[in-house]
Formats: sequence, C-alpha cells, structure tokens
Amino acid sequence: MPELPPVTVTACPNGPILVRGDFELRTPDGRVVAQHRRTVALCRCGKSTIKPWCDGTHKIIGFVTEPEPPAG
Amino acid sequence: MPATMLEDGVPLQRPMLLPQARGPVSEAVLSALRGAPVALPEAVGAGLAASAGILDDEDVQLALFLLYEQHYGGLAEVDEDLEWDATLLAARAAIETAFEAALRAAVPMPGRPEPTSPAVAAALFALTGRDDGPSLSRYVAKNATLQQLREFLVQRSLYTLKEADPHSWAIPRLSATAKAALVEIQADEYGGGRPQRMHSAIFAGTMRSVGLDDAYGAYLDLLPAPTIAAMNTMSLFGLHRRLRGAIVGHLAAFEMTSSVPNRLYGNGFRRHGFDERTTWYFDEHVEADAVHEQIAAHDLAGALVASEPSLLDDVLFGAAACLFVEGRVGAHMLTAWNEDRSSLRGPLP
Ligand code: FES
Repeated sequence: MPELPPVTVTACPNGPILVRGDFELRTPDGRVVAQHRRTVALCRCGKSTIKPWCDGTHKIIGFVTEPEPPAG
Repeated sequence: MPATMLEDGVPLQRPMLLPQARGPVSEAVLSALRGAPVALPEAVGAGLAASAGILDDEDVQLALFLLYEQHYGGLAEVDEDLEWDATLLAARAAIETAFEAALRAAVPMPGRPEPTSPAVAAALFALTGRDDGPSLSRYVAKNATLQQLREFLVQRSLYTLKEADPHSWAIPRLSATAKAALVEIQADEYGGGRPQRMHSAIFAGTMRSVGLDDAYGAYLDLLPAPTIAAMNTMSLFGLHRRLRGAIVGHLAAFEMTSSVPNRLYGNGFRRHGFDERTTWYFDEHVEADAVHEQIAAHDLAGALVASEPSLLDDVLFGAAACLFVEGRVGAHMLTAWNEDRSSLRGPLP
C-alpha cells in the first residue's frame, strides 16, 4: 500500500485552505476547537464571521490570492 | 400526517401521499399509478402539444415529479413494481425530452473555459459569482414576515427534505477523483454517519420548530410549477448517466451559491426571535457549503472535465441551469411578496 500523508493542506485559489485527514485544531492556549466535519475550510481572507472556518465571505470582498495574469 | 419519528427525533421518510391532479396529464399519471386503465401516452402527448411552456406548466411538471418520485421515497398506495413499468417510463421519457429541450433553449450558456481543472473551477466561480438582480436571501434577511418565512420553508421543503439525494445518483457514474469528491460532499450532507446531523433531518427540525409538517410532500398541492420544475431539473440530470456532467455542474453551482445566502436566511429567522433550533440548518450550511463549494469546483467538476473533456459543455449547462431554475423560484416568490400575495397556490394551514 502506498504511503499516504496523514493530513493534506490545500490552498484554494482566491479562497480558504482545505484541511483533510487526522488533525486537531487548537487555540493558542491549547484548547481543541470543536470540529463539525472531517474536511474543513480555514479562512485566510480574515473576514469570515465564523473564524477559523471560512463562510464564503472571501467572495464578497473579492479576496485574491493569485497574481493577476499579465494584461493582454 | 406527521412523519414517523425514530427515537432520537430523526424523521423516517415514508412514501408520500398522492396529491391532487392539476390537469389531464397529472390526472392520467395519477390514474396509472393507482392501477386504473388509462390512455397514458395519448394524454401525455396531447398535454405536451397543448402546453404553453413546459417550465411553468403546473400539470406537466406535477406529472413528471410523480413519475420521478417512484425512484426516491415512493408514493403511498402505489404498487412498487410500477417503478419500472414500461408505460410509465415511456411517459416520463416523453415529458423529459420536451423538458430538457426547453431547458437547453432557455438557459443562458457561459463562455467555455479550457478543459482543465483550475480553469473549470474558475469559470464556475465566475458564473455563480455574478449578481443577478433582486435577491431572495436579502429579502428574507431584512423584510420577510413570519408568514413569508414559513412559506419560504415550504417552498424549500420539496428538495430539502431529501437534500442531496438527486446528486447521489451520480456516484456510480463517476470515477477516481470526481467520485471521491462527490462521496466526500455527500457523506457530509448525510451527517457523516450521524442521522441527527443529516441535512434533511436538520431541515425537518426547522420546519417543526415553526409549526410545519415535516412529512415529505405534505405541502405539494401548494407548490407552484417553478418550484417543482427546479426539483425535476435535478432528477432529470441525476437519473440519466448521459447527463452526469450536468448533475455535477448543478451540484457545484448549488454549493457555490449557498454559504452566503444561508447566513442571510438565518438572519431572517433570528430577526423574528427564533433560536438555534430553527437556524441550525442555515448555520450548518454557512460552514459546510464553504467547504463543499471548494471540493465541488476543483475535485468534482474540475477533475471530471479534466478526465472527460467532452463533458465540459454539460457541466457548464448543469451549473447554468441550476442558477436559472433556482432564480425563477426566487423571482416567483419575490414577485408575489412584493405584491402582498402568497407565493403558494393556496393558503398555508
Ligand atoms: S477565506 Fe473564505 S471567508 Fe475568509
């Protein structure tokens, strides 16, 4: 059986970071953040109303992670 | 008739009660379902020929819905062998041909991206991100009366009490990354192994919390053609392997237009003083669909087109059709409410 990483972290273009696998999300003082689903989306635009989770707000504020393709 | 409860409060879906006919086609389908002798092909042919527009045809949309429902939770007092009855399937096919043609003619198609996963995902986000004028979710958040909120739940109930089911038809028709992505989304929709967290069960709780019946189809007689047509669109795409691109595009668009509106729907209920018992469904979707939309865009729709480039147009069609039919439901409701009318076909008990 091929070795699979226990956790994968995927940066979504113009959006959140998807985390899949066996992991635990903690607050700075070490408390575990309750997780409601196996795969989660972490906000990286900073504007979600349910941080640390993404709530789609990145789309409203036009959050861009990739450089714009060169004009022309 | 209230749904039968399991001990932990999760409703069991029972075959739905047969609704009233809305015209000769649904009358003929109801008769056939009851086992009565009826000239079904003739009735369907005449009904389709006489239809002024199948997307808004109350009679034909109800007939198609009933034919589809045999493949879902079923219909009370209808012989289950009729699910594969050749005459009923032929009637379904005749209506489907006209329905699909009408959708293909009416749905505006977006520009075609390269058949790569990133390009397809970007195209779907661009398509679903376009602001399409008046917004049902903003109205619900700011203006809807309590009666309109209850109507809104009734309008939603036709799909949401069996949320995820039409898209699950696609699972055996996909493979590799796209299949794993669809199963990942659907597992979450179905509660990740916990029936209380199943989205349809959470929605049933929302209905009960505002005094509505959560039995599937309890309000079908009140639901107008656009609402039934939106449900039928999913069944059409889901039940045909040929249309697997369209059902994938539909799911992607559905998920991509969900998190933000659901926050606003929740706000509408909070404004009227409802607590988490009522708003859990909406709050759950804000978080869940922000995950699902990424999986649906990249790993489901993007990966499907990358592996089967010939499905590109149908993925786009399915996504655009979702926006089109759901937009018509929203417009129907907003028009009625702006004119101080109910959006339903009769008063809500
Ligand atoms: S990344 Fe989605 S809300 Fe911030």
